[in-house]
Amino acid sequence: MKKIEAIIKPFKLDDLKEGLGELGITGMTISEVKGFGRQKGHTEIYRGAEYVVDFIPKIKMETVVKDDMVDIVIDKILSSVNTGSIGDGKIFVIPIERICRIRTGETDNDAI
Amino acid sequence: MKKVAWALALFFTIPVTAMAGEDVVNTITSNKEAIDLLQGNLNYVWTLIAACLVFFMQAGFAMVESGFTRAKSAVNIMMKNLMDFSMGSIAFWAIGFGLMFGTSGTGWFGTDGFFLSGWEGPDGDQWVLAFWMFQCVFAATAATIVSGAVAERTKFSGYLIYSIVLCAFIYPVFGSWAWGSLLNGGGWLEGLGFIDFAGSTVVHSIGGWAALAGAIVSGPRLGKYGKNGEVRAIPGHNIPMAAIGVFILWLGWFGFNPGSTTTGDSSIAMIFVTTNLSAAAGAICAMFTSWIMFKKPDIGMSLNGALAGLVGITAGCANVSPSSAIIIGAISGVLVVLSVVTIDKMHIDDPVGAISVHGVCGAWGTLAAGLFNMGGTNVKIITTQLIGIGAAFVWAFGAAFILFKVIDMTIGLRISKEDEMMGVDITEHGAHAYNDFQTLN
Repeated sequence: MKKIEAIIKPFKLDDLKEGLGELGITGMTISEVKGFGRQKGHTEIYRGAEYVVDFIPKIKMETVVKDDMVDIVIDKILSSVNTGSIGDGKIFVIPIERICRIRTGETDNDAI
Repeated sequence: MKKVAWALALFFTIPVTAMAGEDVVNTITSNKEAIDLLQGNLNYVWTLIAACLVFFMQAGFAMVESGFTRAKSAVNIMMKNLMDFSMGSIAFWAIGFGLMFGTSGTGWFGTDGFFLSGWEGPDGDQWVLAFWMFQCVFAATAATIVSGAVAERTKFSGYLIYSIVLCAFIYPVFGSWAWGSLLNGGGWLEGLGFIDFAGSTVVHSIGGWAALAGAIVSGPRLGKYGKNGEVRAIPGHNIPMAAIGVFILWLGWFGFNPGSTTTGDSSIAMIFVTTNLSAAAGAICAMFTSWIMFKKPDIGMSLNGALAGLVGITAGCANVSPSSAIIIGAISGVLVVLSVVTIDKMHIDDPVGAISVHGVCGAWGTLAAGLFNMGGTNVKIITTQLIGIGAAFVWAFGAAFILFKVIDMTIGLRISKEDEMMGVDITEHGAHAYNDFQTLN
């Protein structure tokens, strides 16, 4: 079991949801996050004065999949949210030790 | 059905029989008296409707000011706007109105009519009440201009003292110089022939120059200027709210300028038109100026431009033509953008642009009222306008500077660094404007 965590541009969320839905992924959690990478924020103008926005709004999507799905999911994320421009985000893969579905008590792969 | 018919018949016969009973002979004199009475009543209604519109400008100011500042200061701005009107009303009732419109032997201030003592009771002439109500909302407008310029960094208690002194003393004394004769007074400035129909100078410049003094004495907000003197933006937290505030102010100005006739007659039509055209030209020209200077049409500057056009036409709204009003507004719109940028570069932190909108464009509007006068212009008119502009600056900036310095030395004007970082809402009022939302910055 692996957790796939993708930090993406907010306007790409719908594409991502649709893409993962096509793979039969049944659940995900998203959060509104802020951050910067090599892009280092951007400048905006307010009443004639320029200022740097250091932390740019992004969406973090988290979903947990079976081990054999990891590569397919990563490919799907790449194909659905890549714009080719700076600030497209990153994907992290993290091992999961245990899962438990609260309603039924099912565990691990049965609970995905 | 029969009952209704009976009721109707009764209803129509009563007045007829009543009139037939009296032996009324209409003469030219009685007709004139009736017409005068009607006109008098209309003047009351128009003046008080206009007072409502000007009162609503308080809401506009509150929204513009809190929209242009950070979320952590919104409670404080709302409290300041509520209290400068409330405290200002009482102060203007007790002292200000008498100083402004009482009998003036010297031409420098009025000496009677304090505590509305000019009112003859419910059976006497009621005009002084209608006039007081209209003038009271004007005094509060002058007071509330300062609130935005000293936002996010000043003590609430210091602001309360300022708003009492402005409405009781600083605003009415200058007002008596220019407008005293509207009731019982008479000032030296109006004696010279000074033109300021609705208060570009009397209300707006006075507020604007007091705002300048407040912003200088309280100093810039933390982080507004960098170590090397670079200007940093501190973006406002709610631009749509600021925009609605400007629309409300624009609406309120239809009471502010046409209402200053205090007469319900046809002259208000032209004043509506000059007021509207100048505001429109101000917004357009501020937008293009910001577009050229910053590569994008800036919302904050365009909103300030509309207000600049409104302030600019306030002095001359009754004595310049509609086409002159467009020129006055257009110049106001350019002027306000240049002024905001310049004042920022001078390291005077005015989060909402109050000094530029009210002080600078108020001065320009007063000069323009002389330049574009429909009755013709000459050196004497221009000189008088310049004397009025200069007197307003010296008096309002001087008196407010001393006032803010005294507040600073006694109870303190500026809040501590830690308090400022926490935000005035929490440290001065113990409250959040937006509960359940996390406020960054």
